[in-house]
Amino acid sequence: MKENAVLELHNINKSFPGVRALQGVDFTLREGEIHALMGENGAGKSTLIKVITGVYEKEDGEIYLAGNEGTVNIHSPQDAQDLGISTVYQEITLCPNLTVAENMYIGRTKSVMQNWKKMNEDADKILASLDIPAKASQQLASCSLAVQQMVAIARAVDMECKVLILDEPTSSLDDNEVQKLFGLMRDLKKKGVGIIFVTHFLDQVYEVCDRITVLRDGKLVGEYEIADLPRVELVSKMLGKELDDLSDIKGEVSNEDDTDKAEKVFEAEGLQSDAGIKPFDFYIRKGEVNGFTGLLGSGRSECVRAIFGADRVIGGTVKKNGKVVKISKPIDAMREGIAYLPEDRKVDGIVGDLSVRDNIILAAQVLRGFFKPISKAKAYKLADEYIDLLDIKTASADTPIKSLSGGNQQKVILARWLLMHPEYLILDEPTRGIDVGTKVDIQKLVLKLASEGMSVTFISSETDEMLRTCSRLVVMRDRKVVGELKGEELTQSGIMKTIAGGESNE
Amino acid sequence: MSKGKGTFNKQLLIPIAALVALALFNLIKDPSFFKIALGENSAGDPVLSGYLITILDYGSELAILAIGMTLVTAASGGQDISVGAAIAIAGSVILRVLCGTNSRPEELQAPVIVAFLVACLVAMLFGAFNGILVAYFKIQPMVATLILFTAGRSIAAWINNNELPIISEPSFGYYGGYIPGVPIPTPFFIAMICVVVIMLVLKFTTLGLYTQAVGINGSSSRLNGINPQFIKFLTFVILGLCVAVAGLIKVSRLSTINYSVIAKDIEMDAILAVALGGNSLSGGKFNMTASILGAYVIQFLTTTLYKMNVQSDALSAYKAVVVIILVVLSTPIVRKKLSQLGAMILPKKKEA
Repeated sequence: MKENAVLELHNINKSFPGVRALQGVDFTLREGEIHALMGENGAGKSTLIKVITGVYEKEDGEIYLAGNEGTVNIHSPQDAQDLGISTVYQEITLCPNLTVAENMYIGRTKSVMQNWKKMNEDADKILASLDIPAKASQQLASCSLAVQQMVAIARAVDMECKVLILDEPTSSLDDNEVQKLFGLMRDLKKKGVGIIFVTHFLDQVYEVCDRITVLRDGKLVGEYEIADLPRVELVSKMLGKELDDLSDIKGEVSNEDDTDKAEKVFEAEGLQSDAGIKPFDFYIRKGEVNGFTGLLGSGRSECVRAIFGADRVIGGTVKKNGKVVKISKPIDAMREGIAYLPEDRKVDGIVGDLSVRDNIILAAQVLRGFFKPISKAKAYKLADEYIDLLDIKTASADTPIKSLSGGNQQKVILARWLLMHPEYLILDEPTRGIDVGTKVDIQKLVLKLASEGMSVTFISSETDEMLRTCSRLVVMRDRKVVGELKGEELTQSGIMKTIAGGESNE
Repeated sequence: MSKGKGTFNKQLLIPIAALVALALFNLIKDPSFFKIALGENSAGDPVLSGYLITILDYGSELAILAIGMTLVTAASGGQDISVGAAIAIAGSVILRVLCGTNSRPEELQAPVIVAFLVACLVAMLFGAFNGILVAYFKIQPMVATLILFTAGRSIAAWINNNELPIISEPSFGYYGGYIPGVPIPTPFFIAMICVVVIMLVLKFTTLGLYTQAVGINGSSSRLNGINPQFIKFLTFVILGLCVAVAGLIKVSRLSTINYSVIAKDIEMDAILAVALGGNSLSGGKFNMTASILGAYVIQFLTTTLYKMNVQSDALSAYKAVVVIILVVLSTPIVRKKLSQLGAMILPKKKEA
């Protein structure tokens, strides 16, 4: 083993039917470092993590762990835990209806009897030492998501882990919460814990990590010190090509001023839904890309959901080309030519067990009607066409969508709505949790569709993505529309100021 | 890109394997199980008889119910346990319409088709009742249908003032027996009509796609313009229709009704047929052919057990063993092990 290393992997191989997920991958984690594991979706990050945590068994290769003679065998998550490898997943896997302390100690007591008082005291001690703002006796559900995430980490830490794996822990946290989490990670680092950090946010990698290991197509690209690897290079290493795509896009947008004069396709007045947003006005012109921005929970999604009829509309009118239309449920919106790609792909988007083909034709089929099924041959033709068009990576059109990677799932959902040939396409966080390559693909596609006359609303938590794609931004704060930015005003600081309500020095 | 043509659906392997196993068992135990004889019934008409004919006969009512149960399972992720009681109601309605006010009529008071249509309407109404509880009030299907399961047989008795009507008109017996001159039991033909109808419905409507989508992800289905509640409701109504057909066969067999015994425990067999067809009982994807095949396999099992002189009281215990085996076999853990085993024994397994 190398000096200081707590975990070393050599020549790890793992295959699934039809895919070589890992091919001879090496990985080294040192004591007291935060090590980012980067790669596009399908690069093998998750597989590698699952090999380390015992969810999958490696086919080949050796794992060394500090304090153990020779190689270690990890056959199950229990083995991994016993060896001091702890994992905190993207989705919180604790029990919200138990207390914080119970969550920290569940499944760990060896005796039949439980000393509740001592357990709570111990828990409080750990929480205090990690500076986590929660009480042991508090019900977990009453904590914010970030604190729940931290409790999950506290649980891992208390199990005296040497290796802590954080798999996309920040994807549901806001900036403030992310900072708290980073604080905790730095504390642990000082205590000598080796942390593997998986994330899609490049900013976060550069903020908190010491080293980066990049994977691509199941192979190791390399291990780098953070200072030696500028952002652009990281991205190009992940994609395996020189990246000038991002700057390309920008050039395309700027010459689109004439959309200002195009007619308004959809207009809403005083629209309000039961999801708790204040009544808002809204319009979109033909061939325009606009966006909703604001902090997490500001009501961005709720606005577009109201337009699509996804939440119950309780007030206001919607006009299409100047004529009032009634949209009270999704099918009404679809009939008016509105398509909506929902924020939560897993919950609202994919129909997991159905094939890619069925997932692609679903919306178009519903629109055609109950008594006019699309024939199997036609469905295959359409599916293949869109698989080609969007470059969806799937074994076949019959593959269940749930076995695709996140980015490809998102493309399937996108194909579903494009197949409907909508006049107005709403994309709510289409790029969340997917790889950089697909992000760029989607942004390009949005601009292409708009240039062909489709109106698009694009929502993203990454402001620079919005700045690149949108020609007009609706800014929201506290479930209310507080401003609109276009042209010159479209800058990071412009958005910040509007979100903060002009009191940017506050 | 593969077009999926000619690829054999693996799901059908489960009921077929069970069928082969049962057939082999009987072949070894007593080959006379497979004997089919052409004889005459009491009316002097030619009829086929033998264990296989019994399976065809009684398996058919189960197959009809399995159609509806498959759809309910797929869409709602639960099962309707009230079908036995609902059959009692449907049967009771048929007899009531045929008998009018007199419980022992000399001749039928209404054409059978009218009685049947009224029964369809009533059974669909009860299906709608279950459907509303499940789809709109979001009650667990088993809990929701427990109401009718409990009350159904009393309602059936009440429809005929707790009398036992008897139909003496022989033509009424055709539906559950034999049409003169046709040696094959009529229920088989009725089941085949139902099968053809459902296959056409699945081909020419989007019912199959919608039920599966709703069963897998209701929230996503809604955002794709489907009305998940209505689809769930619809499957219960369709099951109601299946119940009415099965009810007609049941009362036709006896030309009378016994409220507490008619179609007793048939819901369990129907659910078992769905499970034996390899369909997940928690909803989602389904294979209709496999369910229908499953229904006949269940009847094969029941008949085999009867032939071995297992008492009808003890039958459920034997079936329970089969259920346990099936459920355990269908768990992901065992399936994974089995496929590993299969890969070891047959390194290059051919496409069936």
